[in-house]
Amino acid sequence: MDTKILTRNLHVPDLQEIGVYESLGGYRALARALKELSPDEIIETVKKSGLRGRGGAGFPTGLKWGFVPKNSGRPVYLCVNSDESEPGTFKDRLILEQDPHQLIEGTILSAYALGCRLAFLYIRGEYVRPAEIVERAIAQARDRGYLGKNILGSGFDLDIVVHRGAGAYICGEETALLESLEGRRGHPRLKPPFPASVGLYGSPTVINNVETLANIPHIVNNGADWYASIGVPGNAGTRLFGVSGHVVRRGVYELPMGTPLRELLVDHCGGVRPGRRLKAIVPGGSSTPVLTADQVDVRLDFDSIARAGSMLGSAGVIVMDDSTCMVKAALRISRFYAEESCGQCTQCREGTEWLHRILHRIEGGRGRQGDLELLLDLCANMKGRTICPLSDAAAMPIESYVQKFHAEFDAHIREQRCVIRDAPPVAT
Amino acid sequence: MRELSPSARLRIEELSARYPHKRSALIPSLQIAQREAGYVSEEAMVEIARLMDLSPNEVREVVSFYSLLHQQPSGRYVIRVCTNISCQLCDAEGILHHLRCRLGIAPGETTPDMKYTLLEVECLGSCGTSPVMQINNDYHDNLTPEKIDHILDGLQ
Repeated sequence: MDTKILTRNLHVPDLQEIGVYESLGGYRALARALKELSPDEIIETVKKSGLRGRGGAGFPTGLKWGFVPKNSGRPVYLCVNSDESEPGTFKDRLILEQDPHQLIEGTILSAYALGCRLAFLYIRGEYVRPAEIVERAIAQARDRGYLGKNILGSGFDLDIVVHRGAGAYICGEETALLESLEGRRGHPRLKPPFPASVGLYGSPTVINNVETLANIPHIVNNGADWYASIGVPGNAGTRLFGVSGHVVRRGVYELPMGTPLRELLVDHCGGVRPGRRLKAIVPGGSSTPVLTADQVDVRLDFDSIARAGSMLGSAGVIVMDDSTCMVKAALRISRFYAEESCGQCTQCREGTEWLHRILHRIEGGRGRQGDLELLLDLCANMKGRTICPLSDAAAMPIESYVQKFHAEFDAHIREQRCVIRDAPPVAT
Repeated sequence: MRELSPSARLRIEELSARYPHKRSALIPSLQIAQREAGYVSEEAMVEIARLMDLSPNEVREVVSFYSLLHQQPSGRYVIRVCTNISCQLCDAEGILHHLRCRLGIAPGETTPDMKYTLLEVECLGSCGTSPVMQINNDYHDNLTPEKIDHILDGLQ
């Protein structure tokens, strides 16, 4: 079955040009919505569609929108989270670079539904070229009357400001993003209050991921029932799976939610490299617990992956074959979180450093008896106790690597060396 | 030369007007200063603080938080090599080793002629075409030692 929504036009040349996007039906959802639909009708449609946030947490989008208080007397802001920084994730960049108008149309529709007149697109600082492409597309949309004052004669005003970040993973966390957008360090805020009531500049604010918003024009065009019929119950629509690591064909694949992991890896990605065997799969970006090769029949949707003990997260699928040293992989991941902890909470600031230091000595052949117990104890103490989820994001993968590949970690400590690196390839 | 140019000052004032609160223009302003001088100088921080009605320390604490803002002069070409997990699985270590040998500097260092700065960085969001590096604004992916040599040979 070929169900593509977000990527179905990516083969079209010059899709970044507004005329090309329009010729494929682009901005028709916007024109129709401004004429025929009230903001509340759009919110209801998105609620009914079952769309869940594509940034990582999978929170129902319509429900999130519904939390914004009506007539608070304060402006409402919409922030497009384009900070894509979770290791293994590279799907939003595809939309930003190749189909920016799809995102802009989704942003305008969403802003209309929310009563927002100023939206911000917060894009990670490294994405200089994608930011240029989006800026250009916004200028085109403004020229055509899709942005600015009195859009298409509807009386609705909106502008979108592209705001480049300056290098900090934590700014993908929504309240850190708001702090950064206000010109401060990206230190996450305590919740409650949630951004829907007290967000940017103290005003009601919605933060949505790029892929989430890109779905909106299609939902408005084709209806909630159509969208809900794709995927599996409770997990509507498609997902952009970014596959990296040891497969033959890496890349972004758009597939219905609930597609078996095996189908993604074998049919679409061509399996692991010749002569190698599948060892482990990280299903949703580096912070999600690792799956073992015998879990390859799990379905790729929020709920199925949760039942398998992990998270669909950002759908950044990292594949490891049998040449991979799990200690080394865990070490690199621990280093990332130690580097990116913002330092506000003790459990995270100290915990990420400790994890990194202990894994460093195990990988370097200086592991001690009791180190694995110490790692697991630290992980338990890092979870669920901090302002934001970075501490959990750091602890969850390490805990899973140690638990699921315990013998390998143990052998590293016992033999004081890597037991994988010299392993010869196996015949398949 | 380390102070802001008149055109940069003008650009910062324009930027400030785009936001409901002026301070939101702080990071974009620092980026303007860095584009001009190659780094964010102390003089630029003090001046931007004045333009934003902030204390110099409020600006310094922001600069020191973000990895893309540099407080030291860097080379004309800043090379950022990702070694995070998806790149590591595809031999980013070998790529970094090749760059170290070719440039004769370690990550975090700049060549004496101020041409190259080499940095080991976190995920760049190009995992499906790893290993990857960014030279100034541009990504270069599916790297091999030969490809790196070819790219560097083409830089003036």
